[in-house]
Amino acid sequence: MEYEAVIGLEVHVQVKTHSKMFCGCKNEFGAPPNTHTCPVCLGMPGVLPTPNLEAVKKTVLTGLMLGCEINRICKFDRKSYFYPDMPKNYQISQYDQPLCLDGGVVLGKYAFPKDAQKDPIASAKKNVRLIRIHLEEDVAKSFHFETTSGIDFNRAGTPLMEIVTQADIASPEEAFAFLSTLQQTLSQARISDADMEKGQLRCDCNISVRPKGQLEFGTKCEIKNMNSISGVRRAVAYEITRQIQTISNGGKISQETRRWDDAAGQTYLMRTKEQAHDYRYFPDPDLMPMRTDLGLVESMKQQMPETPSMREERYMRDYALNDYDASVLSSDIDLSHYFEGVLNAAQGDRQKVAKAIANFIINDLLGLLGGADQTLADCKIMPEHFGGLVSCVDAGKISSKQAKEVFVEMFATGKEPSTIIQEKGMVQISDEGALESFAKQAIEANPKSVDDYRAGKMAALNALKGQAIKLSKGKANPQLIGEVLEKLLNA
Amino acid sequence: MDVSYVAHLARLALSQDEITRFQSQLSGVLEHVGQMQKLDVEGIEPTAHASPVYNVFREDVELPSLPVEDALKNAPQQANNLIIMPKIVE
Ligand SMILES: [Zn+2]
Repeated sequence: MEYEAVIGLEVHVQVKTHSKMFCGCKNEFGAPPNTHTCPVCLGMPGVLPTPNLEAVKKTVLTGLMLGCEINRICKFDRKSYFYPDMPKNYQISQYDQPLCLDGGVVLGKYAFPKDAQKDPIASAKKNVRLIRIHLEEDVAKSFHFETTSGIDFNRAGTPLMEIVTQADIASPEEAFAFLSTLQQTLSQARISDADMEKGQLRCDCNISVRPKGQLEFGTKCEIKNMNSISGVRRAVAYEITRQIQTISNGGKISQETRRWDDAAGQTYLMRTKEQAHDYRYFPDPDLMPMRTDLGLVESMKQQMPETPSMREERYMRDYALNDYDASVLSSDIDLSHYFEGVLNAAQGDRQKVAKAIANFIINDLLGLLGGADQTLADCKIMPEHFGGLVSCVDAGKISSKQAKEVFVEMFATGKEPSTIIQEKGMVQISDEGALESFAKQAIEANPKSVDDYRAGKMAALNALKGQAIKLSKGKANPQLIGEVLEKLLNA
Repeated sequence: MDVSYVAHLARLALSQDEITRFQSQLSGVLEHVGQMQKLDVEGIEPTAHASPVYNVFREDVELPSLPVEDALKNAPQQANNLIIMPKIVE
């Protein structure tokens, strides 16, 4: 029998702020344990939490960027449970009036893993619908030792967004594409650094399978503990296979929480779902409700940054870049800024120059950076110099082959292109007299090609052109030498 | 409302006598509060607070935290600035 998977995600995202959600303690990753705490985030009796406006704004901004409806009236609720990482014995969260409702994330082709981009589903522009986005406080971090556990409250009370999807995801690859799109959108808007390895973006996956075509859902399992987007892909793939195998062998899936072990490539049972939790949500009496229609939504709309998909479209529209180039250049905000900086510095036809820059970045720069284990921030090539190089090629001063050599040198030394061109004696020969002498030599040495050309074989001209350029040691301007050859041959 | 369930949620250990006693007390309290169910609230927007005050925020400004010694003062056990407790098993 054929089965299909039904997947929904719950994504927790740490919001980038200076201070915590309800107190002024510093919101910082990696500080010595328990150095960023105060009576509010330690849950002492009698304290008064006050919401951080910046965290509320960033959640509204996220909602706007993901096409959500922003709730007009929102509030915070207490979610009661006992756990050592929650000193108040309740977490301040949002229950029935979250900041954002609905919305969705469109999965672009290049958000899919490389090996899955050829699959037709990658080109389907599928919309994964969201149910809601709410704002809450994160809990403390626990460390587990042989016989004890240790708690660090630095993370307790830091702002955390929870993004919940509909069960619209049908494969590990779609889960991957959803998370990479979300991560790009959030990090580019500086809402969160959204690094899964640092726990800034954490994802729980609800997975079930059912016979293809069946309307009723199968029993779902929740998978936790993935710390990379490719880890999520592996975990989801494993879990789908496990569930299908279990059912095919006559077994039953029981509703349970499972932990992914990336090294072992397996999920393990964490706990079965005992009775449903009774969180006894109720409005937090310490916190006044919020109205988003008193300027908050309006001001966030004005501050809404260009999303990666908006930028991709703009690159295709304004610079006639193909979808692959546009997608790569828009996938990372720093790369986009770099590309646009180079483009501003380059002279010449916008579309032609943009394509040349895109080629340099995608075919050369990204490889060089990877090989040197560097990021764009380490890159020695100033956008102005990069732009200068592209202008030189556009103006015919050097060939594109020479430009590649200059580019590698610029990457290594950070020197200006004009300096390197001079040092290497690379100036392209455009002088007609000099070109004529190379052309004549090529014609004399290749009578067969000359005959072919005169017999109407146009390809023979290219062979002669290649010979002439070779004679010039690659310095002859390819376009001009072609013209000179034609002139001589037709004379 | 079952008193032993509520007691479990609050992690309270009650004796059988207490359960019986509190069961009738809790029922009385719920019945008293339950009178509000009879009110006609047709057309009244639900609200979480009595006063019509919205948007009480603080700016995203960092303030000094407690010295770590103070933060750990109530911890029964500590090591390397962590609060130590019986092992949490998930
Ligand atoms: Zn604090």
